[in-house]
Amino acid sequence: MKSLVCLKQVPDTETQIKVNPEGTGIVTEGIKHIINPYDEFSVEEALRLKEKFKEGEVVILAIGPDRATESIRTALAMGADRGIHVNDPAVNTADPFAVAQALAAAAKDVQYDVIFCGHRAIDDDFCEVGAMLAEFLGLPQVTLVTKVEVAADKKSAILERDIEGGKETVEVPLPCVVTSQKGLNEPRYASLPGIMKAKKKPIDAKNAAALGVSVEAKLQSKEYSMPPERKAGKKIEGLEPPDAAKQVVQALRNEAKII
Amino acid sequence: MSDGLDYFNESHHILRRTVARFVEREIKPYVNEWEEAEEFPRELYRKAAEVGLLGVPYPVEWSGFEADVFHEVVVTEELIRSGSGGVAAGLNSHHIALPPIVALGTQEQKERFIPPVLRGEKIAALAITEPGGGSDVAAIRTRAVRDGDHYIVNGSKTMITSGVRADQVTLAVRTGGPGHKGVSLLVVDTHTPGFSVSKKLRKMGWRPSDTGELAFQDLRVPVENLLGEEGMGFYGIMHNFQKERLHLCVIANATAQLALEESLKYAKVREAFGRTLSGFQVTRHKLVDMATLVEVSREFTYRVAARIQAGENAVKEISMAKIFSTQVCDKVCFDAVQIHGGYGYMREYLVERLFRDSRILSIGGGTSEIMKEIISKMML
Ligand SMILES: Cc1cc2nc3c(=O)[nH]c(=O)nc-3n(C[C@H](O)[C@H](O)[C@H](O)COP(=O)(O)OP(=O)(O)OC[C@H]3O[C@@H](n4cnc5c(N)ncnc54)[C@H](O)[C@@H]3O)c2cc1C
Repeated sequence: MKSLVCLKQVPDTETQIKVNPEGTGIVTEGIKHIINPYDEFSVEEALRLKEKFKEGEVVILAIGPDRATESIRTALAMGADRGIHVNDPAVNTADPFAVAQALAAAAKDVQYDVIFCGHRAIDDDFCEVGAMLAEFLGLPQVTLVTKVEVAADKKSAILERDIEGGKETVEVPLPCVVTSQKGLNEPRYASLPGIMKAKKKPIDAKNAAALGVSVEAKLQSKEYSMPPERKAGKKIEGLEPPDAAKQVVQALRNEAKII
Repeated sequence: MSDGLDYFNESHHILRRTVARFVEREIKPYVNEWEEAEEFPRELYRKAAEVGLLGVPYPVEWSGFEADVFHEVVVTEELIRSGSGGVAAGLNSHHIALPPIVALGTQEQKERFIPPVLRGEKIAALAITEPGGGSDVAAIRTRAVRDGDHYIVNGSKTMITSGVRADQVTLAVRTGGPGHKGVSLLVVDTHTPGFSVSKKLRKMGWRPSDTGELAFQDLRVPVENLLGEEGMGFYGIMHNFQKERLHLCVIANATAQLALEESLKYAKVREAFGRTLSGFQVTRHKLVDMATLVEVSREFTYRVAARIQAGENAVKEISMAKIFSTQVCDKVCFDAVQIHGGYGYMREYLVERLFRDSRILSIGGGTSEIMKEIISKMML
């Protein structure tokens, strides 16, 4: 079972994000990065498929600056076989369209039964790359997947996906693009023996020229801004509890307009 | 925590994330319970071993993970971030129990004694300290007398980390005359008749780690469990002191760092006299002093770690680092409790535990006074 896993490095959910003074992006200095959590589900699922079929390959494909190798290496330490690192200033910060173009170009040189993407990246939240990639490659896609059952002949898969208030089960021919959703699995640790082995696994570095793509971004980001600071709360003081409760209800209805 | 840029590379970062996640999933949710119970489940050794945590920095063929000193630093730092020095100490008791085996053991002994521990199947302890004294290692009194192909051991040990649950104890005994030349090391299977745990000791801090008092009565230990030759025990013990002390420095710095972080959070939300504590200059300055001490201490420890990594003899510097970092930890934890006011004295607040956990650090692994004796001999 061969899987291609698209992986993005994103700022750690625990770091405090600040917009730079020019408003052109976030302050990257001093922030830590992690594998996009949804992509971690993808890595785990791909590893499980390889283990279940007792054969195959898990290839990690990532776009990003030099520091992204650490995330690729982490996936290799979890057990993936090799990595492809597209590192090109023109693509690294490009819009989802250009990113999907580059991924599609890189995917052409890889054999796969399934391509995994996270259903979204927790930094930009576009939720677009998986769909565009499927389109560029002419593959079917299933989004928000929480369960994967691949048929023994690897020609099709039964997938469970999230829908509002429930689950939908679909059957899809392979190869296809799957976008991973929370609940798919519990990713394993990059174990210490794994970290050791990962040091020797290959990571292929490529730029846009090597992939033969000239990226054409469709979106131009104009400005980044922080959400408005929360206003100080309102205190209701000096009243008996029943009267205070009435005041709170009034405030929630008339001022906050919540109830 | 700011990583010293020169000291940590990609593999350290990946390792840090793995340990942090392990701590987040397997330790943190249960820490309060284990602190109250004064014990953590044996199962944790196996879980840690599965991730490979116990194997840093032992060779692969013994189920280990070949690593450098900074991988060890990373594991210890992240374990301390669980908020329980006790869990870290218990889980890591093999870090003092196994090195003498690595230093003195034969290939056969290493294969017999090391892999089961790194796989989390056996718990290992190191027993040197006796009721009669700990600092003066050369004065131990537990006796081992040769009888055919066995040693017969009589005596007692106290304050032995993991001593209550250990399956295997690296035991310092006297086989010869007085002084350090008469000291030898035996590896003892604790399930042998004649070995008993006389007491589980109750402690101020490090509560989840078990600490035992051990008694040996005509305990028969096969001669093939002697490490090196008779009289080499003192060397076997001294050999690992640099590393043991380095770990204690790292524990001290990481404990202080946690206390600082808790204090920063608290100072921003707790109000007094109509403003947050951080609104008082005296609090802000106290926090700055704490942060400065932690920063300086950590950098010095990293520097000494780098020298140990490079194979240099850093006995003087590591002894200095131990004195300094443990003092810093005491001071920072004290101030953290102060900033928390009465709540800092309450069990619900992490700083209460950090304050207690800090106290052992200037005592275990050689007291600050002993460190000063070592340094002064090298200076004068
Ligand atoms: C939680 C905990 C875990 C421990 N785990 C282990 C373990 O796993 N294995 C193990 O073998 N031991 C262990 N110990 C024991 C520890 O190593 C000893 O407590 C320590 O070495 C000090 O020995 P002592 O308690 O006998 O104090 P003593 O040696 O009696 O010292 C008492 C005081 O006298 C001072 N003093 C002693 N000699 C001198 C001197 N020459 N000059 C100036 N001052 C001096 C000391 O600094 C100290 O202040 C542990 C202790 C604790 C508290």
